[in-house]
Amino acid sequence: MKFALILYGLQWALRVTGWIYPAFKKRLKEKDMTVQIRVADDSMGRVFTFKAGRVTSKSGVLEGCDVDISVKSAALGADLMMPPIDHLKRIEAIKAFALMAVGPDELVNWFSETVYLMQRIGWSWGTPAANGETRYVNNTNGGPVFVYEKDGKIVRLTPIDFDDDDAGTWTIEARGKKFTPPRKTSISPHGLASKSLIYSKDRNLYPMKRVDFDPNGERNLQNRGTSGYQRISWDEALDIVEAEIKRVNRQYGPGAILASRSSHHTWGNIGYYISAFNRFTNIIGATQTMLNPDSWEGWYWGAMHHYGHSMRNGAAEIYGQVEDCLQEAELIVFWASDPEVTNGVYGSFEGTIRRQWAQELGIKMIHIDPYLNETAAFLGGKWIAPRPSTSPALAQAITYVWMTEGLYDKEYVEKRTTGFDKWQEYILGKDEEGIVRTPEWAEEETGVPARDIRALAREWASKKTYLAAGSMGTTLGGACRSATGAQWARAMICLMAMQGLGKPGVNFGGLQFGAPIDYNFYFPGYAEGGFSGDLQNSGNAISLYQRMPHLISMNPTMQQVPRLKMPEAILEGKAEGYPIDIRSIEGQFFPVNYPAPGHSEVRMMYKYGGSYIGTQPDSNRYVRMYQSENLEFVVAQAIWNEGEVHFADVILPACTSFERWDIGEWANPGGYGYDWVGQLNHRVIGLQHKAIEPLGESKSDFQILQEVCKRLGHGAYFSEGLTELDWVKRVFDASDLPKHISWKKFLKKGYFVVPPEPEQSRPKTSYRWFAEGRKKDVPEPHPLPGSYGEDFLDGLQTQSGKIEFESNSLKRYGNDPERPPLNKYIPAWEGIHTSELFEKYPLQLFSPHARYSFHTKGDGKGSSINDIEDHRREIDGYFYWIARLNPADAAARGIKENDLVKMYNDRGAVICAAHITERVRPGMIHSRQASAVYDPVGKPGYSADRGGCINNLTPRRTQSLKTHSAAYNSCLIEVELWDGGPDIGKGGGTPTAASADPAPELEPAE
Amino acid sequence: MKKWNLMVDVGRCHNSQNCFLSVADEYQGNTHNGYTAPMPAHGHRWIDVKKKERGQVPMVDVAYAPTTCMHCDDAPCIAAAENGAVKKREDGIVLIDPKLAKGQKQLVDACPYGAIWWNEELEVPQHWNFDAHLLDSGWKEPRCVQACPTGALRSVLVEDAEMAKLKAKEGLEELHPEHGTKPRVWYKNLHLYQKCFIGGTVVAVADGVEDCLEGAIAVLNKGGEKLGEAVSDTFGEFKFDSLDPNSGDYRIDILHPDFESLSINVSLEESVYTGVHTLQPRQ
Repeated sequence: MKFALILYGLQWALRVTGWIYPAFKKRLKEKDMTVQIRVADDSMGRVFTFKAGRVTSKSGVLEGCDVDISVKSAALGADLMMPPIDHLKRIEAIKAFALMAVGPDELVNWFSETVYLMQRIGWSWGTPAANGETRYVNNTNGGPVFVYEKDGKIVRLTPIDFDDDDAGTWTIEARGKKFTPPRKTSISPHGLASKSLIYSKDRNLYPMKRVDFDPNGERNLQNRGTSGYQRISWDEALDIVEAEIKRVNRQYGPGAILASRSSHHTWGNIGYYISAFNRFTNIIGATQTMLNPDSWEGWYWGAMHHYGHSMRNGAAEIYGQVEDCLQEAELIVFWASDPEVTNGVYGSFEGTIRRQWAQELGIKMIHIDPYLNETAAFLGGKWIAPRPSTSPALAQAITYVWMTEGLYDKEYVEKRTTGFDKWQEYILGKDEEGIVRTPEWAEEETGVPARDIRALAREWASKKTYLAAGSMGTTLGGACRSATGAQWARAMICLMAMQGLGKPGVNFGGLQFGAPIDYNFYFPGYAEGGFSGDLQNSGNAISLYQRMPHLISMNPTMQQVPRLKMPEAILEGKAEGYPIDIRSIEGQFFPVNYPAPGHSEVRMMYKYGGSYIGTQPDSNRYVRMYQSENLEFVVAQAIWNEGEVHFADVILPACTSFERWDIGEWANPGGYGYDWVGQLNHRVIGLQHKAIEPLGESKSDFQILQEVCKRLGHGAYFSEGLTELDWVKRVFDASDLPKHISWKKFLKKGYFVVPPEPEQSRPKTSYRWFAEGRKKDVPEPHPLPGSYGEDFLDGLQTQSGKIEFESNSLKRYGNDPERPPLNKYIPAWEGIHTSELFEKYPLQLFSPHARYSFHTKGDGKGSSINDIEDHRREIDGYFYWIARLNPADAAARGIKENDLVKMYNDRGAVICAAHITERVRPGMIHSRQASAVYDPVGKPGYSADRGGCINNLTPRRTQSLKTHSAAYNSCLIEVELWDGGPDIGKGGGTPTAASADPAPELEPAE
Repeated sequence: MKKWNLMVDVGRCHNSQNCFLSVADEYQGNTHNGYTAPMPAHGHRWIDVKKKERGQVPMVDVAYAPTTCMHCDDAPCIAAAENGAVKKREDGIVLIDPKLAKGQKQLVDACPYGAIWWNEELEVPQHWNFDAHLLDSGWKEPRCVQACPTGALRSVLVEDAEMAKLKAKEGLEELHPEHGTKPRVWYKNLHLYQKCFIGGTVVAVADGVEDCLEGAIAVLNKGGEKLGEAVSDTFGEFKFDSLDPNSGDYRIDILHPDFESLSINVSLEESVYTGVHTLQPRQ
């Protein structure tokens, strides 16, 4: 009876909503169709007819309706349809086939979305601003923004100034001073430049097909990268994608489709790749790209073996360090750490003011980096410049000074570490190698004067010292991306173990992480998977899944392709890698082989974005991969036509996060990036208003993937019949937001500032528990309970529970000569000791992350960032990437400021504008990572790149062979004035084409 | 009458370029009627962060000085303009009217600061007008100030007398006083950008081991007159700053109670790191 009433009421609800809201009335006119809703045994039912915008219904059961929705019993039907909707009950019924919807996906989805639309048709959002503008909110990889819109166009983006209604701000007292951050958000350049990217000349606005690609005839795969494109309709594009998915599945079997994506995405929990794209690829069943831990590398493959933290990929604890550093520390050693460039991770300039406070307090600073980086230039202090890839030797010489002069915490070493005796034997040359690791020995290796090494070691040990290691300061990034990356990260742990990690004023950090905010307020990070339902490949299972029950998704295809070996997998049909498996220290020891047993080789690629040529090592390999006959079809779903997008056969235009709905928290990945919000001065959770309609014919990633799913009969499964905005609301409901702000207010205002933690309950300082021999008391659910050798929370994740100078896990593995249990110095396999190569290519290429762009995001594409003279140089109307040389190296080669130069080795050649600067130590070239522009002068994959993809030059070899790790900073090159030709290798005389193909016309400036 | 001033602290600028990007965001693709025509997508830097690198490996420093329209009280562009195309507002802001200034390329040459840019496509001279359209609609500060992550940029709306006090208190300077245009943009720590340093490293050798020498006193002399003292730090480094470029000959005496003194002569052009100086033990 109740069910019958609800169904009767539904008719009226649809009608009345249409009377009140013109938009809903319009929606009702979209389809003419009939929907049967009935009890499965036909004991009761009602038929709804949509015709020309009118909704009528009739009691009873009728054969032949367009959509047939059945529930197992009337009671269940009443239960499921009575608002508010209980999603857990709903998906339980779906999974048990007690709730069925049969009919064309398009119509099933339309009906479901229409019913949901009734509850949100009255919603309003945005804040009126001056000049007829409306102010919305959005999030970027560089921080949250206000978005001002007028007449369907975005006028401007600004950081967010808090108002009086927003939560308060914390204060730290240190050495008699009080410090409070400003009441606004900060923003990174790539976030601030977003408007120029939204309206970029390189947006993919329409579906495109390569002109000489005919799926039913000649595919001309060898022409990928040089063919032009023709505009096609969405239907044509989706027809091709649908047909190719079905064809390769039937022809080759599971594994034939490779899903390929980058490490980042535009911001937002619903649209993020770990959300929508994971759900999609799980649903269609695809070979996954197995990412290397690209920002962790040496921490993951190395440091972890000395102190654990597998669930942070080998990165350190991140609590309380801001207060402790400001109150206690006397010195900060920044080692391969440039937070003013990397902004921690997504952390905008939140740490900047804290480092200014440290300056104000007179805390001394030392910077170790081959390049006088921006943080060093900003804060001042001694600059120590080792040759790239040699930092582990510097660390060993520091250790030598500490050991021989007794400058270390002997009690701590005694109580909190193991293996020190063996380490001491090695450092003092009393082992079988017999090399004494003196400062003089290290000077030969690093180029740093021995006297400076001694002064550094003594200064460090005589003061309470924070070690800001890598991009976060609390480890991550930095020098971990070279052949000696794991050695360097391991060295950082061993150094801190000798100085009493966790004691007051002695810790990891450069004031980038560990602010006194509320870490308990729950809002999911993007790595918690959004609506993916993916419990295996996201952090979904930790908290989000319980709070937002949704249909799980699981990939039936077990094959993976290691990202760094993708070209070998495609071109040679074979590749091996090692996984990111963070459940334990040992997770990384299990090789992953391609092809997987019983799986098809990859025949089709579903490419998401286009960053590999700019970001992956030895990236001409990827170019050649795209031209392989083995890849029968490549579809690229991308916002911009950049990088390798124009190697695809079909391009599906995606819109930016400003043209669709989403929700997300600033700097909150969650999962492997647990509590990274600790970088922020204020936690800011933002609705991501759809500020404008998608440009051209572009669509949101969600919609595109849903369209493909609909064609495979998976449309309703993909979206659960909900739209993006419905999912946004579900994420809101799953978080702690509803306890503090109503949906209506949040929807309108667009952001919420989480109140700071009261002073008395701020988190304890990282490792204090360890230093003091107590149980772990920082708020991270790591490691897994079974990883504690004895009592829960007692000790680190290592076998001994202590910091291990001689790693037990590497000892047990016993299988990697490049990673011995003691962190021995093994010179880089490409560097100053590889004499033949070094003679040919005498310069070390050093390529840290770009400052103004974020990986490829923000670069090229007509972005306003291109006009920044430290980003690109405009020469004769073309924006060139920058190569920074020391004056001595430049003079020796006749190179002057702004000359066009060719950097080259056997792997490739890249044309850059020369910048001559004393900030670069002699013997190396500094050129940042991740150009978005790949613009080969001659044949793609075989000629010099004018776009600036310096990864054409970097080596493919993994740091050590039994890891899946990139070693960008162990790269030898030579540089010369560019002769205008396309050749890889030394130029000479008249430029000649390296290949049979003539060089294509150089494109005009962007 | 309160007037707008912009204060730039060179010591706090770290070249985030958020000022430039704020301007690009505000003016590219936007027409602000009565204020500005759109800024070209490329080639213009209405706020232009200038860079100065000083010294040589291993003693190098870098300073950044954002430069822009100085909103001069004696603005040469106003004098050079025809039809009253450039106005001085009561709040101190100089405004180039995009309609009246069309075709007036001479304004670009009139600005001694090089802060007026020629828009080739629209044929108008353009500059950063302090975001006057935003201030007029209630904004409290221009966008470059709001987006500056280091506090290097500050804007104040004050009486000129108040500004004079601020100038004295904070040691503010004009970028180029020699232009004599009475600018409303003020600089702090300008020496980092405009002046030079002389630096060096002091070391000593004992038992064949070379070490950095902390606590040595370096005395800077010019023409027989003592200009200042610096003490070597943990790394044996000393540094004299705020010297004029191309200012001629200097002598530095390095003194230490346990070592023989040592003198070095420097003919100063640009900032110079004089190298490693080894003191010999006193006999």
